[in-house]
Amino acid sequence: MAVAITAEELSKSYRIGQLHGAYGTLRDSLASAAHRIAHRDHRSHDEEIWALRDLSFDLDEGTVLGIIGRNGAGKSTLLKILTRITTPTSGRATIRGRVGSLLEVGTGFHPELTGRENVYLNGAVLGMKRREITMKFSEIVEFAGVEQFIDTPVKRYSSGMSVRLAFAVAAHLEPEVLLVDEVLAVGDAEFQRRCLGRMEDLSRSGRTVLFVSHQMQAVAQLCDDAIWLDKGEVVLEGPSSEVVARYLQAGLGGSGATREWPDLDDAPGDDIVRLRSVRVLQGSEVAPAVDVRLPVGIEVGFTVLRENEPIFPKIKLVDQRGDVIFNAMDTSPYWHDPPPPGDYVATAWIPGNLLNEGLVSVQAGVASFGPLKLHPNAGVNDAVSFHVQDPGEGDSARGLYQGQWRGVVRPLLEWTIEKR
Amino acid sequence: MPDALASIARVTSTEPKLAAAAPADTTNREPEARVDRITLIRPAPRWPHLDVRELWHFRELAGALAWRDVAVRYKQTSIGVAWAILQPFLTMVVFTFVFGRFASLPSNNVPYPIFSYSALLPWTFFASAVALAAGSLVANRGLVTKVYFPRILLPLAGATVPIVDFLLALTVLFGMMVWFQVWPSLAVVLVPFFMLMAFVTALGVSLFLSALNARYRDVPYAIPFLLQIWLYLSGVVGAISAFPEKWQWVLAFNPMTTVIVGFQWGFLGTAAPDLAKSLIGVAATATFFVVGLWYFRRSEPKFADTI
Repeated sequence: MAVAITAEELSKSYRIGQLHGAYGTLRDSLASAAHRIAHRDHRSHDEEIWALRDLSFDLDEGTVLGIIGRNGAGKSTLLKILTRITTPTSGRATIRGRVGSLLEVGTGFHPELTGRENVYLNGAVLGMKRREITMKFSEIVEFAGVEQFIDTPVKRYSSGMSVRLAFAVAAHLEPEVLLVDEVLAVGDAEFQRRCLGRMEDLSRSGRTVLFVSHQMQAVAQLCDDAIWLDKGEVVLEGPSSEVVARYLQAGLGGSGATREWPDLDDAPGDDIVRLRSVRVLQGSEVAPAVDVRLPVGIEVGFTVLRENEPIFPKIKLVDQRGDVIFNAMDTSPYWHDPPPPGDYVATAWIPGNLLNEGLVSVQAGVASFGPLKLHPNAGVNDAVSFHVQDPGEGDSARGLYQGQWRGVVRPLLEWTIEKR
Repeated sequence: MPDALASIARVTSTEPKLAAAAPADTTNREPEARVDRITLIRPAPRWPHLDVRELWHFRELAGALAWRDVAVRYKQTSIGVAWAILQPFLTMVVFTFVFGRFASLPSNNVPYPIFSYSALLPWTFFASAVALAAGSLVANRGLVTKVYFPRILLPLAGATVPIVDFLLALTVLFGMMVWFQVWPSLAVVLVPFFMLMAFVTALGVSLFLSALNARYRDVPYAIPFLLQIWLYLSGVVGAISAFPEKWQWVLAFNPMTTVIVGFQWGFLGTAAPDLAKSLIGVAATATFFVVGLWYFRRSEPKFADTI
């Protein structure tokens, strides 16, 4: 089998100064240069960081490769290098065949131009020849379902229409190698769904796909192999299900399942209460990955420092899209009277078969009434996180369905049945 | 698996992967497309150069970008075509009153209005080309951060757009020539050369400025100021030939003086530009272009990171 992508020791370094305030003003640069000269300080304050370091891999034609890792692990940098948006600092890569990336969907669309004009323009941007676009034109227009409006300026299109048209052009590019960055994919859920669908279609027809994603479920399902990157280096590569499993076991893909502040003075909070620990539990074990069918405990430990303060623990769960799954506070009578100073551990139990699959981020904190507010600094966003997984044994809300399951929650409901 | 679920399970991943082994739609693809395109990704070269073969490969995109800029320019402005003519014409009217009547600046023995209009044509072309091309990278940030193509296509397309305005405004010059009974000389055949000189100078300057603009966001504030000064040093408001000889040699380093004198030589039959001074102008154009291109190509690998 021929090799579609060869990467040999690809590396990319940035200067930290380049990342922060990258788009500066000439005035500031001149001023700081003058400052350095005046103070005889010739050292550069810029520190070098490696976004990608010595990454090598061979991707066979027709393989779907997933790239996983935390934010900043180098996933998007790799994709930017392979799409040639940015150049590597060292190393080289060879790609055989036409390269497409869903990054560029709708890139170059101009609202003043008509649908027809935009199809040609966008096609040219994606690297299609004029002849090729003309050949596929009617197919593209039909696919997008905008026949009637093809000579109307795109600014009069609904957003759905222009996305459909943009997508239709990209879908007719027929690349041999498709690079998808789900993290960067813009647009609404519908659009992202289309992107994933398009990716599946292409991989099914034997194209090579490189897929960057935060959705472990999607990587495990869609990819043959996966590479796990951390700080620009390969941690593990192999069959996708294995790599994903190891990644999840390591408690990554989030902030981790446990968080502690052993030093009281450094713990988040104020002189009334301080947060000491947050843990994700399944049974009595700390669990970075939990079984969707079993209850999950969020344990919040805190230290009360002052008397006569009416307080109580509270948590908020947020999903991968940033949507709040729910807020919960402990309403038990225990907190009706201000608790005496000391260490407390409260655990909220989330019933099994309630959460949907995916990464869940937990905001934990201590709040007080009147008015309801989180104690200043005694609340931490993304304190811990965990992956909800479905072992796929058919006894969850998913049944035997294995596709994507949308929704903030995924309860297992009681159904009543009568035959009429 | 129950039959009822079979259709749902079609969505799962395991099955399609098996299907991929079957001969898919390889038949309707051009076989040569598979082997032809080999993309080699390497670090940015230490010594940047202009990759002409790559530019040729992207010629259709260059055309599409230039065409887009022209189309958008004429669609967005409500008076469209009229704008291309009104801008130099009204400037000429103002200049005629201020510099022609009031300050009585020299105009090479042709009526001041036609002198200034014929100087404003190449100048307006040059100034618009610089302004559009210098801002082109930032204006197309979406393209630069998402798709690969030689970035030079953007300033190139930007500098091409004012050609249409120029051609439209040229028709008014013909009208004025008839009105003032001024006739072109044989040198009119050299006008395209002088316009090319203006184009290359504009491109060189804006290659430098656009690359600088990709890095520093205060560059656009400096551009109108730069062009304002440049206008007065180009012989637009009064003839260069009236300056002291010494200063004429200094001004020869501004290619736009040669362009404007040459343009008027062709269309108005005024004195030919001095050959030595013109050669200085050509050399200056070449220098602007080479330096601009070098700086642009050197900064190119970082555009997507800094823009």
